[in-house]
Amino acid sequence: MSDHAGHDAHAEHGGHAPPGEHTHHGNYVRIWAILVALLVVSVAGPVVAQFIEHRHTALLLTLATAFGIAVVKAYMVAKNFMHIALARRFVTYLVMTMLVFMLLFFAGAAPDVMKLQGAHWEKPEWIKANQQAALHPAGGHGEGSGAEGSQP
Amino acid sequence: MPTGRLAVWWVIASEIVIFGGLLGSYIMYRIAHDAFAAQAAHTNTWIGAFNTFVLLTSSLMAVQAHKFAEQGDGPKAARFLYYTAAGGLTFACVKAFEWTHEIREGFTITSSTFWSFYYTAAGLHALHVLAGVVIMLIVAASAKRYEELHRVELIGLYWHFVDIVWIFLFPLLYIAK
Repeated sequence: MSDHAGHDAHAEHGGHAPPGEHTHHGNYVRIWAILVALLVVSVAGPVVAQFIEHRHTALLLTLATAFGIAVVKAYMVAKNFMHIALARRFVTYLVMTMLVFMLLFFAGAAPDVMKLQGAHWEKPEWIKANQQAALHPAGGHGEGSGAEGSQP
Repeated sequence: MPTGRLAVWWVIASEIVIFGGLLGSYIMYRIAHDAFAAQAAHTNTWIGAFNTFVLLTSSLMAVQAHKFAEQGDGPKAARFLYYTAAGGLTFACVKAFEWTHEIREGFTITSSTFWSFYYTAAGLHALHVLAGVVIMLIVAASAKRYEELHRVELIGLYWHFVDIVWIFLFPLLYIAK
């Protein structure tokens, strides 16, 4: 595709981006410092949650600090390091489409994975038995080894 | 948009589906089976956090390399790419140490569904890290000679994506216990 418009060809082979293609470089060290601070919070959150007696609050705190912060960190990397906002709009659409595919996959597969039966369908007995065994393991795993633990 | 940048975004888009499917499957099983939490309790949060720190720092180095490449300073861009590659190698070494410890403890890829997911997801990610390091060294070698400086941005894009994948793997495998 080197027969593209002049500026594309220049960017491909000339080594430098053409006028208007330059990225605005912000204070990356500051962004990195925020990301590291968020990492500390994401590790500390679940540790603090262990000392909270109210189970629901502890779970919320773990989810918010571990996964909520992961989303924020990913957004910050995409925005500030990958400069996704400066890329052509179709790049954002492309990425969003892939994320939607992910959700579709989840929605389609989750009932089968997460439920033993539904409307007009039921899992084969051997799969049900395995899942029940996984949910209610007969014994723990001894000697600190998970090698002989039940599935999953 | 330059062809190279378009190609990298296309790679990233296809990688989202690959890792997304893997992580989505993991989340389904993790929610459905409490036994996962018991198995995840054996992973070392501090090692995972250290590796997250290493990758975040290497991403900083990659974006600095991009900045210097755009300024036309090839040798400086190359130097920051070497720092980034060093981060990737550190990540791989820590992973090797961690896996050795876990395998010695008896947690192998066939131990349980959790460990199958663990080794598959982290292993696939580690392969991406190693591939990124190799490409980065090649790009750095040419950047040092002021050649193909636009590639510095391209390998940076890929590297940041690898960082983002780890940002999600870390809480899933190391924190949700």
